[in-house]
Amino acid sequence: MKRWIPLLIFVALAGFLYVGLHRDPREVPSPFIGKPAPAFTLPVVGQPGKTFSPSDYKGKVWLLNVWAPWCVSCRQEHPVLMQLAQAGIVPIVGLNWKDKDREAEALLARLGSPYTAVADDVGGQTGINYGVTGTPETYVIDKKGIIRMKHIGIINEEAWQTKFVPLLKELNQ
Amino acid sequence: MKRWLLALTMLLAAPLWAAEAVPVGEDPAIEQRMVNLSTDLRCLVCQNETLAGSHAELAEDLRREIRQQMKQGKSDSEVIQYLTDRYGDFVLYKPPFRSYTLLLWFGPFIFLLGGAAVWYFTLKKRRAMKPANQAGSEALKQAVDLLEKRN
Repeated sequence: MKRWIPLLIFVALAGFLYVGLHRDPREVPSPFIGKPAPAFTLPVVGQPGKTFSPSDYKGKVWLLNVWAPWCVSCRQEHPVLMQLAQAGIVPIVGLNWKDKDREAEALLARLGSPYTAVADDVGGQTGINYGVTGTPETYVIDKKGIIRMKHIGIINEEAWQTKFVPLLKELNQ
Repeated sequence: MKRWLLALTMLLAAPLWAAEAVPVGEDPAIEQRMVNLSTDLRCLVCQNETLAGSHAELAEDLRREIRQQMKQGKSDSEVIQYLTDRYGDFVLYKPPFRSYTLLLWFGPFIFLLGGAAVWYFTLKKRRAMKPANQAGSEALKQAVDLLEKRN
C-alpha cells in the first residue's frame, strides 16, 4: 500500500492540473446571476429622441448583447446573432459599448442589424454597472427582469445549443 | 579620469532628478489613495496585473471611477463594495473570508498538519529502531579494542 502513495498524490495533482488546463480564466463568475438587471435609460442608436431601458422589456425573455464596432470578435459573432434574429427565437438588445468613434449606426446599416434595439453607452458607465470586462458578453434576462445567465465571449453554435437553448426553453414556459 | 567619468554619468542621469508629472487638477491625496487601493485590485482585462498598473482601457475607466467616488467622499470600503457588486470577489487580490474560501485559507495549515504528522511518525519509528543499534554495543566495544590494539 505504502509504495502507492506517491503515485496517488501524482495522479491527484495531475487531475487538478488537467482540469485547470481546460478552464477559461476569462469566465469570471458574475455576481449578477439571480439579481435584477441594473436599470438604465440610454438613447437608441439610429433613432434620435428614442430611449431604451430594461423595464421596457418586462414580461419578455430577452438577451442583452454587449458589443462594440471596434470589437473584432463581435464581428465574428455578428452572423450568429443575425441567424438567431431571423429565426425570431428571442429578442436581442444590443448595448453599444464605448463607441467613441460613433460607427455603430453605419456599421449596422452595412452589415444588417440583429438587434431589436441598440442602446448607446458611449461613456461605458452602463457596461461597468453590468460588470462588463470585455466585448462580446451576453446576458439572458427573464420576464421579471432578473439576470439568469451571463455568457462571456462569442456565442457559437455549441454555446448556443448547450447554454442558451435549455435556459430559454425553461424561462419561456 | 574616474572622477570625470562619475561626473559624466551623473549628468547623463539628469532625467532621474525630475519629479513625476502630476496630472493637472488632480488632488494628490486622492491620487495616492486611489493608487493604494487599486494595487490590491485585479484588472479584469489583464488578469495578472493590478488595477493600478494596467494600461487596459477598462482599468483606466475604473481608476477614473474610483477617483470620482473618492472625490465624492466615499470610503475605501465603499469603493471596494462598488467594485465587488459589479465584478465579484474576483477583483480582490486578497480573497475575503467566506465559506467557499475556507479551503483556500486553511489549506496551508492542513498541509502543515500533514507534514507534522509525517514528521512525528517518522521520529517515532526511528526511536523504536534504536534498541536494535544498542544491541550491537558489545560488538562495537570489541571493534574499538581491536583497533586500539593494532595501533
